[in-house]
Amino acid sequence: MNIFDIIGPIMVGPSSSHTAGAVKIGYVARKLLAEPVAEAQILLYGSFLATGKGHGTQLAIVAGLLGMEPDDDRIPYSLRLAEEQNMKVLFGEAKLKEAHPNSVQLNLTGTSGRQLEVVGESLGGSLINIAKIDGLSANFSGEHPTLIVHNLDQPGHVAEVTSMLSHKSVNIASMQLYRASRGGEAVMVIECDQEIPRESVSWLSHLEGVNKVTYYSLQNDIVQNDILR
Amino acid sequence: MSFASLREIISESQKRECLFWEVILQEDCKERNVSREASFETMRRMYQAMKEADASYDASLRSASAIAGGDGLRLEQLRKSKDTLLGTFLAEAVEKAVKMGESNACMRRIVAAPTAGSCGVIPAVLLTYEKQRGAKEARMVEALFVAAGIGEVLATSASISGAGGGCQAEIGSASAMAAGAVAYLEGGSEEEIANAAALALKNMLGLTCDPVAGLVEVPCIKRNASGAVNAVLAAHLTMAGVRSAIDPDEVIDSMQRIGKLIPACLRETGQEGLAATPSAKRIAEGLSSE
Ligand code: SF4
Repeated sequence: MNIFDIIGPIMVGPSSSHTAGAVKIGYVARKLLAEPVAEAQILLYGSFLATGKGHGTQLAIVAGLLGMEPDDDRIPYSLRLAEEQNMKVLFGEAKLKEAHPNSVQLNLTGTSGRQLEVVGESLGGSLINIAKIDGLSANFSGEHPTLIVHNLDQPGHVAEVTSMLSHKSVNIASMQLYRASRGGEAVMVIECDQEIPRESVSWLSHLEGVNKVTYYSLQNDIVQNDILR
Repeated sequence: MSFASLREIISESQKRECLFWEVILQEDCKERNVSREASFETMRRMYQAMKEADASYDASLRSASAIAGGDGLRLEQLRKSKDTLLGTFLAEAVEKAVKMGESNACMRRIVAAPTAGSCGVIPAVLLTYEKQRGAKEARMVEALFVAAGIGEVLATSASISGAGGGCQAEIGSASAMAAGAVAYLEGGSEEEIANAAALALKNMLGLTCDPVAGLVEVPCIKRNASGAVNAVLAAHLTMAGVRSAIDPDEVIDSMQRIGKLIPACLRETGQEGLAATPSAKRIAEGLSSE
């Protein structure tokens, strides 16, 4: 927390958790997809489902998926803008187990066909947690550049990734490892102090045993981001 | 590191031989690793955003429930038409508080201070002060640092969310922050800033969070007006030499303890209190039948 969490943020109302946090979940998901959204299934859960309408939660998530940040005054018109940009939006109810009361599951398809499933939680005071990516645990806040690697659960992948980061002088702020089952799929979630060069991210995605690489950059480069496949 | 008590801020200001607001600015520079100028400029941007939000109030907008909107204009018309009961200062502060609360409910851009629900209190008091007392903008920004410092203590040692501590933690906190800021603008000492915050907070202790249909509309919008008046009242008492019998940090402790005792049905769940009334249920039904 710093003083601009107290006086601030500048945001579109009415609620920091149900509006600003919701925009941020959409925004982070859009950047993780790394290309414009062609189709979005927005599945709400808990209090997002119950009181989301009055708080503009749906509008907020769509705005984020369009690349808007929480202070963008076009948020109230996001559904219209989505239509203009040929982004298909479907709303529904999420079937989640033991999720945070303010949760949403986003099933996204990008303009090139890239797919991504994100579960985001709004923790209050516009802080968020990206709980899952493609059904596997992630748990990061979107406050740092974050690298998410889905790989086969085999020896050596962690070393490949960390040595690439050290070679590029990127400092690791936090690192989490998860696996779905032994020898199955594993996830590395690495929050960094510096941005990771694009080429390095795409180099990783071509490695043997690496299934998918997703990167969240803090730079507002929605357009540039589209280059990353 | 955030300050956990007002006492700490006061003793730091004595140690460093600088004002309350300076201590907060210096801590921000350390915490975020930015220059004095950058810290001051960021706060100035917050003040500017409050001003823009106030100026761009649109009385024709209605909120999601369709019941909030337009009252800011009514208050403006009354203020401009005659010498009102509240007098020029409070009448304008109340008007600005309601306008900001309505703008928030209508999905306009606001500055959370400390939350979106309580976004009207601090700008109502400060913008009115700048306009009516002819204060310099830089001084208003300093006053925002004072408010931020008080808010930081409240967030660290109690709560600033309705879900966490009831409305005393939102409108109450905003009111205490605004009271300290006004006491500073009126020439109050560090001790007097803390005293004004304490007096404001005491009047808000126990206030529950019972929003109708779970929306940040009823009672939130009008409570912003109440928080603004209460802030000016607390600064007024302070500058007259009235002192809180309870130590300011102990008042904050009480808020924390009371917050824990408020049942969950009165902490932003929209289940009890005003939210459970027949009128509230009618509003909620109207919303879901749309
Ligand atoms: S009643 Fe609840 S939602 Fe409304 S301003 Fe107070 S704390 Fe916020």
